[in-house]
Amino acid sequence: MSNPATLAVTAAGADAAAGMMSDPRGARPRKILSRRNIFIYGTLTVVALYYLLPLYVMVVTSLKGMPEIRVGNVFAPPLEITFEPWVKAWAKACTGLNCDGLSRGFWNSVRITVPSVIISIAIASINGYALANWRFKGANLFFTILIVGAFIPYQVMIYPVVIILRELGVYGTLTGLVIVHTIFGMPINTLLFRNYFASVPEELFKAARVDGAGFWGIYFRIMMPMSLPIFVVAMIIQVTGIWNDFLFGVVYTKPETYPMTVQLNNIVNSVQGVKEYNVNMAATIITGLVPLLVYFISGKLFVRGIAAGAVKG
Amino acid sequence: MASVSIRNLDLSFGDVKVLQNLNLEIEEGEFLVLLGSSGCGKSTLLNCIAGLLDITDGQIFINDHNVTWEQPKDRGIGMVFQSYALYPQMTVEGNLAFGLKNARVPRDEITKRIKETAELLHIEPLLKRKPAQLSGGQRQRVAIGRALVRDVDIFLFDEPLSNLDAKLRAELRVEIKRLHQQLDSNTMIYVTHDQIEAMTLADRIAIMRGGAVQQLAAPHTIYDKPLNKYVAGFIGSPSINFLDGTIEAGTNPVFVAGDSRIGLNRYEFSNGGTMPEKATFGMRPEHVAVGEQASGQPFTAEISIEVVEPMGADTLVWSHLGGQEFRFRIDGQTKLSSGEKVIIGFDPARASLFDADTELRL
Repeated sequence: MSNPATLAVTAAGADAAAGMMSDPRGARPRKILSRRNIFIYGTLTVVALYYLLPLYVMVVTSLKGMPEIRVGNVFAPPLEITFEPWVKAWAKACTGLNCDGLSRGFWNSVRITVPSVIISIAIASINGYALANWRFKGANLFFTILIVGAFIPYQVMIYPVVIILRELGVYGTLTGLVIVHTIFGMPINTLLFRNYFASVPEELFKAARVDGAGFWGIYFRIMMPMSLPIFVVAMIIQVTGIWNDFLFGVVYTKPETYPMTVQLNNIVNSVQGVKEYNVNMAATIITGLVPLLVYFISGKLFVRGIAAGAVKG
Repeated sequence: MASVSIRNLDLSFGDVKVLQNLNLEIEEGEFLVLLGSSGCGKSTLLNCIAGLLDITDGQIFINDHNVTWEQPKDRGIGMVFQSYALYPQMTVEGNLAFGLKNARVPRDEITKRIKETAELLHIEPLLKRKPAQLSGGQRQRVAIGRALVRDVDIFLFDEPLSNLDAKLRAELRVEIKRLHQQLDSNTMIYVTHDQIEAMTLADRIAIMRGGAVQQLAAPHTIYDKPLNKYVAGFIGSPSINFLDGTIEAGTNPVFVAGDSRIGLNRYEFSNGGTMPEKATFGMRPEHVAVGEQASGQPFTAEISIEVVEPMGADTLVWSHLGGQEFRFRIDGQTKLSSGEKVIIGFDPARASLFDADTELRL
């Protein structure tokens, strides 16, 4: 029994037990109302207010009548809520010769954005897939040229593009603008897709090749279903970019085909008569609504896509 | 009839030569293991056979067809990858069916084949699951099934067990061996860096280094009669002892390392008797006898023990012989302690002797 080794072990055990009795080491978890938390949340609140205040002013002003606006207190909530400015902005405001409000521009923008987004994403994703997975001869050169293209300022290209569109006979039409948006969205989206597809394990691609899938088979049945998140990201970038575009819209279209942003500018910057601040505010909010909606809806999808992709397959 | 035949294969990426003038004949139904440390070109060679890499020069024949420029799908191969490479968005069934659908196999035939394969690999309960819902071992089973279901002649395994834990690895290793016995007309080419996998599975092993095959032989030949010093050092765990020394040629040649003189009259020279002055003597730790058993051996010496490493079943002992480090393996029951002096002995017939300059077997 009195084996020295056993005794030593027992003694060590007793020491360990004594250690367990003493207070736990390390600091306790912080309280919710610690100085640190107050500082962090305080800062965040101030910054959030700073960004939300203009939106608040816009919404409040758009709901006021002109007499109330002339009082001059921009932060005051409306005494009498009126939706008249919204209706006017949408259907009656004058932009140049037409007096049918933003509705015309809205549909123009839809007809520009939808095909541009679909075509540019379709081409860019195939570009990216080919560049990442099928390393053809000259792939790097092609990619470099594409990326360099992204760094050339738009202003330089405006007039040459006008000539090209004129020669193609699509200058001033929606088709012309769709082509322009598709081309100018190409570098960034190709880069985006290329990098995403490059992160897909190469063995997956090899397995599909051994299984007899070709270029399109692998793209449609392996790569595309795996890449929902990056398609959503590209869609957000393209929808907001094309919807918010002003420069191309104003250069490459005519009054009948003006996108919404150009019309908004014409409404807000009109110099005749009284400045209708409430109508301007309403028109601005309506124009900004689409990208906002895209963020809200696809933001959720985006997060879900990332979460689904994070599970190791 | 050779099932896979590789002739004068060269592969370069730019200026880097990855595979050089490689020749390999693989018999039908053979289990060939490509063994080597990382970067030796073994996976690259497998990718060339699969058609996933375009080779620079040379030719590849599969079942006597020249497939050098054929697409992977037309080569009659199935491939299993280290990372399983299952299509994450498809169920197990979808993964198995993918290759068959691409080959436009009729639907009822697909169902039948999937059923057979699932039975063979015991994955029937998993058919409706997604890969993310499977364990590593199950995933690799499905990956093997994906190759199997396509009814191919040649299976290519690219380190299939490296991502699994030790226990599962042992289980699946046996399963792959069993599978090979069941499908005895299927050729299997298996890439690994694990010498135990190589020794247990292979009919023949090709040891690769720097894009070239160092030795291609049955596992035991490679273990007993390595062709060069690299192969001798690569195969065997714990690794072989190398003693550098000189050879005193004559009717009774002797290898001299420090104060040790090892008679070589029992050693079978394979090079026809030309003897270099300097040589390296290789002796596996497990072929050294200690104590009473040592006394009957052709060569004996007294050494003092420096470090003892018990590993359970056996014990590895570190000492010096002829002024150089020398390890030997003894039964785990034998009790030795550092500082002790013991008699060791071995039979030089079991040794491997290499030219010190060319590193080739003598």
